[in-house]
Amino acid sequence: MNVAVLRFPGTNCEFDTQYAFEKLGHTTKLVWHEDEKLPTNIDLVVVPGGFSYGDYLRSGSIARFSPIMKAVTAYAKEGGKVLGICNGFQILTEAGLLPGALKRNNNLHFISKLQNLCVIHNDNAFLNQCNKGEVLNIPIAHADGNYYIEEAGLKKLEANHQILLRYSDAKGNPVVVNGSVTSIAGICNEEKNVFGLMPHPERALEVILGSDDGIRMLKGFDS
Amino acid sequence: MTATVNIFLKEGVLDPQGKAAHHALDSLGFSDVENVRIGKQIILQLDCDDKAKAQAEVKEMCETLLANTVIEDYSIEIH
Repeated sequence: MNVAVLRFPGTNCEFDTQYAFEKLGHTTKLVWHEDEKLPTNIDLVVVPGGFSYGDYLRSGSIARFSPIMKAVTAYAKEGGKVLGICNGFQILTEAGLLPGALKRNNNLHFISKLQNLCVIHNDNAFLNQCNKGEVLNIPIAHADGNYYIEEAGLKKLEANHQILLRYSDAKGNPVVVNGSVTSIAGICNEEKNVFGLMPHPERALEVILGSDDGIRMLKGFDS
Repeated sequence: MTATVNIFLKEGVLDPQGKAAHHALDSLGFSDVENVRIGKQIILQLDCDDKAKAQAEVKEMCETLLANTVIEDYSIEIH
């Protein structure tokens, strides 16, 4: 698989993301935000975590107007797979490629810890290697991860199996971490080719560092 | 011409900063406070003499970039 990893001023998870996909045997390429085209023959675009443009105005609000985002939008509209992690998720919601918005955490803290997540739906190109109801332990590190969507939008997400992950306890029961609507940690679009999540699967690749549950998540794209 | 844009979270969208400030004011003994909302103000200097044109332009700026209308409302004053 060929993976394009975007890089904006302030992105800081691009190398971790490359490491993760290369560990899984894929080829990766960093793509600068000023580029107007994505590399040819790619199978996945990853918008990695960080603090693009210093999170000024709103997280992701400036990055979404970078030249490369026009190419990413066109790629997504043609059915190309796009994954946004943390700040990448925020950029994809700001760009309108994913519904809803990410607000400041309810407790106003930057939350950085290993967090249990319950797999809600796996009938998609991302979480197909995980079981429904399975609990994964993945790091989170964000200040603006409080997912908001209005009632009608939430119903649509639920009906269409677009909710991928919820923050949970070790048994899979939802828990309040940052104030997200129904504890949502990750979603996909209606067409199920654009994915976004606040947790960092690329930081969960080795048991010695806390968890390797990220491997199973990221493997999904290749199957 | 100057445009002042005020942006607040929509009614019904929890404002955690407002809530924290409200709680702090309450702790300080300001017990009359019923609600606190925290937003942001953006002041734009415009090279434009036409008030209606400025209003329309700033509205477009708000819809495109300055506000996220999924969660925020905005108001514009032109002077």
